[in-house]
Amino acid sequence: MDIDLARTWVQAIAAAVDKHKDHLTQLDSAIGDADHGVNMHRGFSAATTALTDYTPPTVGAVLVKTGTTLISSVGGASGPLYGSAFRAIGKALDTPTADTQQFAAALAAGLASVQQLGAAAPGDKTMIDAYAPALAAFQQQANSGSDFATAARAAADAAEDGMRATIPLQARKGRASYLGARSIGHQDPGATSTALIFRALAETVTAR
Amino acid sequence: MKKLINAPEAVLEDALAGIAAAHPTLRVDAENKVIARADATRPGKVALVSGGGSGHEPLHGGFVGLGMLDAACPGEVFTSPVPGQMLAAAQAVDGGAGVLFIVKNYTGDVLNFQMAAELAAEEGITVATVLIDDDVAVQDSTWTAGRRGTGATVFVEKIAGALAEQGADLAEVAEMGRRVNDNSRSFAVALTACTTPASGKPGFDLPDDEMEIGVGIHGEPGRSREQLRPAKEIVATALDAILADQPLNTGDETIVMVNGLGGTPLLELYVVFNEVAAVLADKDIVIARNLVGSYVTSLDMAGVSLTVCKADADILSLWDAPVNTPALRWGT
Repeated sequence: MDIDLARTWVQAIAAAVDKHKDHLTQLDSAIGDADHGVNMHRGFSAATTALTDYTPPTVGAVLVKTGTTLISSVGGASGPLYGSAFRAIGKALDTPTADTQQFAAALAAGLASVQQLGAAAPGDKTMIDAYAPALAAFQQQANSGSDFATAARAAADAAEDGMRATIPLQARKGRASYLGARSIGHQDPGATSTALIFRALAETVTAR
Repeated sequence: MKKLINAPEAVLEDALAGIAAAHPTLRVDAENKVIARADATRPGKVALVSGGGSGHEPLHGGFVGLGMLDAACPGEVFTSPVPGQMLAAAQAVDGGAGVLFIVKNYTGDVLNFQMAAELAAEEGITVATVLIDDDVAVQDSTWTAGRRGTGATVFVEKIAGALAEQGADLAEVAEMGRRVNDNSRSFAVALTACTTPASGKPGFDLPDDEMEIGVGIHGEPGRSREQLRPAKEIVATALDAILADQPLNTGDETIVMVNGLGGTPLLELYVVFNEVAAVLADKDIVIARNLVGSYVTSLDMAGVSLTVCKADADILSLWDAPVNTPALRWGT
């Protein structure tokens, strides 16, 4: 991972969110308040713009800037949660390049920050249900000596499995939790956007 | 979707410009999206700041003015505002006595106000927070995000605002806000779903002869769906839930709000109030003050929420204190 790749990743997320905006909103209207697609789109568009004239010194600076922009533009719960995640990932990468091990540690810092802020655990039907398995898959590949692209693809696959596994869950955090048992049978919008972010990472590094 | 808008993405900006044009007593910061009183905060007065997603008007911007809020931060429709907005609001209205954040209990609002409080502290502004969680339709347990903040917000903003106006300090104003929240319970029923400008479609499908029981104020579906019944029975269901959660005794005094959710005729709200008054009279519970109208709305949703606040002499006296805002005005 280098500075250019980090920037391309954020642009790829913005493109993916744009493409899946209506799908995210549709998932959110079933068990939330129908704004997830619009909010994520506003945030990542703003992040892409913020990065356009920015020449960062480190990989992490790109991601910290992305996180700060998300916090100041998204609103809702997604803004602070994704914003803090990107800021924490970025703060752990204060070098011009990062290897697979470093990136695994940074992803772990990102998850810790989301959990600290949102207090959600795996199985609560939130973004954690995609993020935690993605991190585990990435770490496993990193520890077994796989290259970055292989680890990123494993993480994206695991995130998507985790995303689908939210369907039978009953929400225990966030707005969907108000529905109680009626949240069962719907895929979580936050887990879905997290899966998009990991898929964008895999595609970005694979294309390189 | 039929709406009186220019473009879905311009709704907030256009409405803020309209608020600025309509109310010379307010000053609207279009860039930071902050609605504040035109007059600077009296030095030494605690400043009250609230905010939340748009679509609940007159909450919160309509309650900015003498005796209530000093500033409001409107987010996008049904989306919490961002920390920068809340910081800008706190900086604009801090009169040196600190700022009270009045926050409805939704994950997004809580997280963004929490970040704003940290930013404000770094700027040397003392912040206290009151969390509003009055909606008994949601079970308050470790298995949910906790009760939602709804109608009690109006009571807290009015009563804490009056106390701040009298010169109480931040701890006292915050304590009063918490007391009013603790004394308040709400329950809502929807007859139709609402349509956000961005999605263009109703948040849920509700057949003509059904109602959503325990609905939230963001078009989020409620706890159950039932056949539509007469107003008398709907009120009984709502008051049962409210009184089961906070039993009231014979002779207790209350402030009651019968609140339209945006698409409900006032005529129907009075029908509902009549039923509320009958049930409470039957239990010898006194409605000392009331509000009947649309104060905490959910865009174009048809339906009603009931809020009951157990009131003592202090609370009633602060309720009666002068207020001069776009949506609530008396005694001035």
